[in-house]
Amino acid sequence: MVGAGGIGCELLKTLALSGFEDIHIIDMDTIEVSNLNRQFLFRKSHVGQSKAKVARDAVLKFRPHINITPYHANIKDPEFNVDFFRQFNVVLNGLDNLDARRHVNRLCLAASVPLIESGTTGFLGQVTVHVKGRTECYECQAKPAPKTYPVCTITSTPSKFVHCIVWAKELLFAKLFGDRNRENDLNVRSSDSSISSEQIDDVFERRMDENIEKYARRIYDHVFGYNIEVALSNEDTWKNRNRPRPIYSNDVIPAELIGQNGNLEKNSVLGDASSVSAMASLGLKNTQDIWSLKENSKVFFEAVRLFFAKRGKEVGNMIFDKDDQLAVEFVTAAANIRASSFGIPLHSLFEAKGIAGNIVHAVATTNAIIAGLIVIEAVKVLQNDTKSYRMTYCLQHPSRKMLLMPVEPFEPNKSCYVCSKTPLTLVVNTHRSKLRDVVDKIVKAKLGMNLPLIMHGSLLLYEVLAKLPSPVTGGTMLTVEDLQQELKCSINVEHREEFDEEKEPDGMILSGWSQPPLEENKDKTVVENGASTSAASVATSLGTEDDEIQVIPTQIGNKRKLSDISGSALSDHSSVTSETKFIREVEEIEDTDDLVMLDDGLSDSKKRREQ
Amino acid sequence: MDGEELTEQETALYDRQIRVWGADAQRRLSKSHILVSGLQGSVIEFCKNIVLAGVGSLTINDDRLVTEELLSANFLIPLDESVYSGRSIAELCCESLKDFNPMVRVSVEKGELSNFNVDFFGKFDAVIINCCSLATKKSVNEKCRKLLKRVAFYTVDCRDTCAEIFVDLQKYTYLKVRKGEEKFECLVEYPSFEEAISVHWKSLPKRVSKLYLAMRVIEKFEELEGRSPREISTTDLVNVQKLRRELCEAYCVSESLIPDHLLGRLLRGKTEFPPVCAIIGGILGQEVIKAISGKGDPLKNFFFFDAMDGTGLIEDISKAKTEG
Ligand SMILES: [Zn+2]
Repeated sequence: MVGAGGIGCELLKTLALSGFEDIHIIDMDTIEVSNLNRQFLFRKSHVGQSKAKVARDAVLKFRPHINITPYHANIKDPEFNVDFFRQFNVVLNGLDNLDARRHVNRLCLAASVPLIESGTTGFLGQVTVHVKGRTECYECQAKPAPKTYPVCTITSTPSKFVHCIVWAKELLFAKLFGDRNRENDLNVRSSDSSISSEQIDDVFERRMDENIEKYARRIYDHVFGYNIEVALSNEDTWKNRNRPRPIYSNDVIPAELIGQNGNLEKNSVLGDASSVSAMASLGLKNTQDIWSLKENSKVFFEAVRLFFAKRGKEVGNMIFDKDDQLAVEFVTAAANIRASSFGIPLHSLFEAKGIAGNIVHAVATTNAIIAGLIVIEAVKVLQNDTKSYRMTYCLQHPSRKMLLMPVEPFEPNKSCYVCSKTPLTLVVNTHRSKLRDVVDKIVKAKLGMNLPLIMHGSLLLYEVLAKLPSPVTGGTMLTVEDLQQELKCSINVEHREEFDEEKEPDGMILSGWSQPPLEENKDKTVVENGASTSAASVATSLGTEDDEIQVIPTQIGNKRKLSDISGSALSDHSSVTSETKFIREVEEIEDTDDLVMLDDGLSDSKKRREQ
Repeated sequence: MDGEELTEQETALYDRQIRVWGADAQRRLSKSHILVSGLQGSVIEFCKNIVLAGVGSLTINDDRLVTEELLSANFLIPLDESVYSGRSIAELCCESLKDFNPMVRVSVEKGELSNFNVDFFGKFDAVIINCCSLATKKSVNEKCRKLLKRVAFYTVDCRDTCAEIFVDLQKYTYLKVRKGEEKFECLVEYPSFEEAISVHWKSLPKRVSKLYLAMRVIEKFEELEGRSPREISTTDLVNVQKLRRELCEAYCVSESLIPDHLLGRLLRGKTEFPPVCAIIGGILGQEVIKAISGKGDPLKNFFFFDAMDGTGLIEDISKAKTEG
């Protein structure tokens, strides 16, 4: 078992009850309070302890005679190599991110061990079976890309609250409290670029001996007032948009009032830095309330003050974390002030936290159902009952009366570079690009390799630790190999002189594998609403909980290419309400089908019944 | 809304689920009272789910003493005979359930389910009974229906790798939410269990689940023989097949609608299949949460799951509809 979270707890329990007697469980996480509403093997007294270990102890209470081996470790650690995977009959995933899922998929393929994959979000969930050579692998279908937004939407023309959140978190928070050396698009590009970027950067620097409140006001007036005025001067931008309103601190909270905040010092929560809260010192209690512009401004000032007064040491190297109360307060307030400026409805801290932290909706019931379905498939895998393998979708609204919908697994995708070794093509400027960039932007970011080796024939071009900037040559074929994942693929290199900076920011294009289109402006430079826990990887921004749906299949039943069909005029009937595109597509397809025997909707089960 | 706000502690604990169903729904949940009777696999799973979800109180009823069979899908009771000491299964489960969520009041109600009177059921917002005889299902359902307040009623029946859930919400109104449409109030009228199972087989929905029919045969068989759901086995198959023929002839439907292998499986299942319990307990949990919170389309009025084909199916079996 990989993962001892929402699905993991349910799964370990159901496996133990079902008679599984030798279970290994890996999870790098420790227990948090917000886990307790569904990860039922954990108690408040366990907060901070290893999920894998506590889960084991809890299950042994009702099934003391089975063997459970816990690992408080990252599945990507080198000890979990192909030999490690070979010792198992089946691997069950209850994971929280795309990166780890891809990694496990490759190891299972290399070790020839069947993999059962799962995911849930809210009332939706799914279970899929991946058996090498027999069914598609986890990566045969393109996975949804992280949600990203065009830079100009974030910096100049926000139209939704999420744009304000991304601005507050990725730009303003990062600028004020994060690494100052990082590139940051916070400043509006003025049409007359009379101000050099150096001068702009100075604005965010706290001057020597500058009073915190004065500094906070200066920042406030700059980003919510001055920057908006500058943006307004670009007349073209506002031809078809509502003009934003500059907001200055004096208009919201007159200068003499802020001095009164001095007495708040006494009220602020004492104790460790992590419990410092602007809400607490301002006497705001309910996280579900929507604050007024004035309240948001007060929270903004108080949060800035508290960061410098109580957590000064962290300023300059902070990364936004959804579990950091003060950071969430700051981002909520800043996003709401910006939203006021642009006429976008304001949101509560509770809602803002969900958006900023990419918090995935999770309930115990869906996890329990999904865990039950995983065990049913695991039993079939152990019995080698290959004809009965199913992938099952747990729906929120029934489709053809089905709440739990089994579908026959798909065959491996012949052009999958992971399980079918199909060569890829890389278009790159071979004169200017460095191998290092290919490794970072393509091999690691796109191919999901952990410890890659690059070969040209039998010549080793790159070793993980070597910083060898050897140029890539055109017309050659490279072999890329990850020894841990035991994944090897071929890349044909093609030369091209120019790349569009906006459309092709990487300066190189990989083809031969399909990345799904991004929902918004796929061709622009983008800002991600990145996951809080990891700044390193693009893939992790899909979610920070263990419970999200990752697989969005584009084929249903024996109909290949669902996307082709769903484009046609299908009736959008009343049951089409589901949150994900996938569910909608399933229902559209299902509704156009002729009804066969109801409980024989899937041809294979029909055959079996009639035997 | 209902006034009282959630405490900070509640908001922190229920954070992820409030994001699914909202703070109002969470408040309604925290004021609800649930009764369950018959603590086997699916209901144990249900209890776990509903306690984690944060209902106000859960009352559990099952006076049986612990047996190996009863523990086959039970993860609440430690496998340690020294702690049993003559205590009922409900008493033993109660302790673990309390431990899951200190904010939920979990208590034991002793006594025989069929002896509880109408007023007793009036204390609850939802009543869930498990593995009962046909007579008990009917009588508890009727008692719930006699009350002025609406008491949601559910029966669960797990046999082998198959399961059935029946739902009676009487007259139920809720806000139907459809993406891209206005919210609108929706009234759903449910038949009682007795009404639902007396729908003529000729008037059933087209291609109705075979499980629905098979369950009715088994249920009728138990009633005629005066046996409890736990007292039948595959040795009864011949007699059950005979009853199937009689019923099918009486309703003028083909016997092939209820295959032998399905009847055989339903008779076989004494020990529960934990994955099916997890699934049924999950579906039931979701339905009770929906009914109490008024959020989401409730299931009407039967749910069937068969692990053999993996299908989880909703059937609407009510006179009103089929007559119209
Ligand atoms: Zn593949």
